[in-house]
Amino acid sequence: MTEFKRGMKDGIPIGMGYFAVAFTLGIMAKNVGLSPIQGFVTSALINASAGEYACFMMMASHGTFWQMVMMTLVSNARYFLMSFSLSQKLDEKLSTWQRMIIGFDVTDELFGLAINQEGKVPPLFLYGAYCVAIPCWASGTALGIIAGNTLPLRLVSCLSVALYGMFLAVIVPASKKDKVVCALVLTSFLLSYCTRNLPFSSGTRTLILTIVISLIAAIVFPRREMDE
Amino acid sequence: MNNLMSYVWIMAIVTYLIRVLPLTLVRKPIKNVTIRSFLYYVPYVTLACMTFPAIIEATQIPAAGIVALVTGIVLAWKKASLFQVSMACCLMVFIVELILV
Repeated sequence: MTEFKRGMKDGIPIGMGYFAVAFTLGIMAKNVGLSPIQGFVTSALINASAGEYACFMMMASHGTFWQMVMMTLVSNARYFLMSFSLSQKLDEKLSTWQRMIIGFDVTDELFGLAINQEGKVPPLFLYGAYCVAIPCWASGTALGIIAGNTLPLRLVSCLSVALYGMFLAVIVPASKKDKVVCALVLTSFLLSYCTRNLPFSSGTRTLILTIVISLIAAIVFPRREMDE
Repeated sequence: MNNLMSYVWIMAIVTYLIRVLPLTLVRKPIKNVTIRSFLYYVPYVTLACMTFPAIIEATQIPAAGIVALVTGIVLAWKKASLFQVSMACCLMVFIVELILV
């Protein structure tokens, strides 16, 4: 149970950030006509900020079935890569059932949390984090639909950086340990900044940059001394 | 499609498959050095791309985001925990916006 509790504790900053982001998503959901309960269900089932944003846009523009499938693939494709990486962090013998539960909430933030663990990730640790993150995400969306614009902007603004602080807590220590990772992080910052105004959604931009930068790095700086 | 929730179901199912297939089908450690290196670098690159410039666009004024970014980097470098780094970033945004907004 200690792993579960540790997961819940590390899930708190994620949950807070989720709440703020989900709240703003809720305001969008309200505009396309979702009820608070529908918003809650949407977020509890999908667990993806860029994806849900795309989903609401498709609702608004009355997209077709195949448009919706394509939009999902593009906006959520990065989770495919993350699950691939995460699979390497799980015990080889972990059952398919447990893997199917873990797969339910592979998000940017929870993935960041998982890869930050030393060695293999205990499933209970992830479940603890999920137990905090999912309710925050779903209730944030529902409250966004109910409360609309009444939450003080100052509070939303302040909560919204909790996520990025969490990302920094993952990438900075890794950069300190490994010069290649450090160079990649700086390159990513730079390229992400330079491409911010191109006509892609931030999800698509992240996907393209991730594949290009990581692939070049893997070819130029292969890691031969991998432990684990 | 007329029912709004049918959009939700499509996205939920496709997204779940995207997440769960690599987890359930790829169990054995990957031997190929290039693929292993690629998978090792992916998370750091993704998180870096999502952090910047998004952190300075998330706040009411970019200055608050920049202060949060620098604070986060310094604290993470000094081995502060995930929670401490996150809270410090939030607090800095609150303080900077209290003064400047």
